[in-house]
Amino acid sequence: MDATTLPAALAETREDFLALGVKDRLTLLLDFSNELPELPERYRDHPDLLERVEECQSPVFIFVEVDEAGLVHMHATAPAEAPTTRGFASILAQGLDGLTPEQVFAIPADYPQSLGLGEAVSPLRVRGMSGMLARAKRQLQERLAA
Amino acid sequence: MPVEFDTAAKLAEYAHPERLVTTDWLADQLGRPGLVVVESDEDVLLYETGHIPGAVKVDWHTELNDPVVRDYVSSERFAELLGSKGISRDSTVVIYGDKNNWWAAYALWVFTLFGHDDVRLLDGGRDKWIAEGRPLTTDTPEVEPVEYPVVERDDSRVRAYKDDVLAHLGKPLIDVRSPEEYSGERTTAPAYPEEGALRAGHIPTAASVPWARAAAEDGTFRSRAELDAIYRDEVGLQEGDEVIAYCRIGERSSHTWFVLTHLLGFDKVRNYDGSWTEWGSAVRVPIVTGTERGEVPGR
Repeated sequence: MDATTLPAALAETREDFLALGVKDRLTLLLDFSNELPELPERYRDHPDLLERVEECQSPVFIFVEVDEAGLVHMHATAPAEAPTTRGFASILAQGLDGLTPEQVFAIPADYPQSLGLGEAVSPLRVRGMSGMLARAKRQLQERLAA
Repeated sequence: MPVEFDTAAKLAEYAHPERLVTTDWLADQLGRPGLVVVESDEDVLLYETGHIPGAVKVDWHTELNDPVVRDYVSSERFAELLGSKGISRDSTVVIYGDKNNWWAAYALWVFTLFGHDDVRLLDGGRDKWIAEGRPLTTDTPEVEPVEYPVVERDDSRVRAYKDDVLAHLGKPLIDVRSPEEYSGERTTAPAYPEEGALRAGHIPTAASVPWARAAAEDGTFRSRAELDAIYRDEVGLQEGDEVIAYCRIGERSSHTWFVLTHLLGFDKVRNYDGSWTEWGSAVRVPIVTGTERGEVPGR
């Protein structure tokens, strides 16, 4: 994956993870987990709008929207008992925020595997983030088509 | 010297009450020399969000599984791991975790493969401790590394391989997966799609008893009478039976292995950790679909 296709926020997240030892990567993931914003009020009462990410072991739901300026925002909710999943969602929610749809589509599908988390949390668990990214892109396609 | 056993009345009903402790007991014993409390969860970060004071973490993915071969860690690696957690060969280890002790039971089973003598589960696990408003901390304990001997792993007593299961057909098998996985409607647990298998269904003659039926609402194990009603009356297990339990990768069935072995006293129970991800992809092994147990195929 080359730097030209990777949006700045996601590239920075990757650099931050790779600069750390395996143990500290977990701590950084926990920071992300704690930073996952609450759902915007307009979605809190509409669980029907949210899509369950089946690839994750814990109940995590995402919703992607395109604002009036044509920029992308991803919202996610996952229980406090699932900090790893929350961390994954938070990395993507922060990394996708304010991108154009084209930039989101250009994010390489193997971005989650490039964060150096395989050793820290296991490759199997990282697959949950891949599922989340794929679903975010598909939702975005649906929003644009609607 | 082992820390004395929990003498709570509920535990006394079980075949091996020394394998369980209550939250009350643990709250009293925290900090006792010779006792090491271990948290083992599905979520690798849950421990970091808060754990029982003094508890160390053991992660099933990154610490108990071999990173390359589909197997558990080597004897050397296990010795290194336990020593680094401050566990000696004679330590009393109490394991607890999330989701009705699902992964805690798995860790306990792996400790058993290495013959660690005194290893117990916290009845009710992490959720019960929290529900009772007991203390949690995010402080990681200062662990004094100790020497843990390199002991040979014994896979013959509580672990079954695929060939063992083939040879076992005709004796009791328990499939602890969801009803949908058992009947063959799906190859993965609902909401657990990662580990695939090429074919769906169950091993012929296996009885379907989803693992969580052994847990009560509060995450503790069901009473002796309730467990007897499920495994003896309903499934038909009898004293002296050799039993093999399986699930998808051998974790949920560790929980059932614990119930059958330590709570009900069956002493010839093995966990088939290859489970459905191996059986459902193996060539020419018999498979039954639907809700019936099915017959032993002719050999």
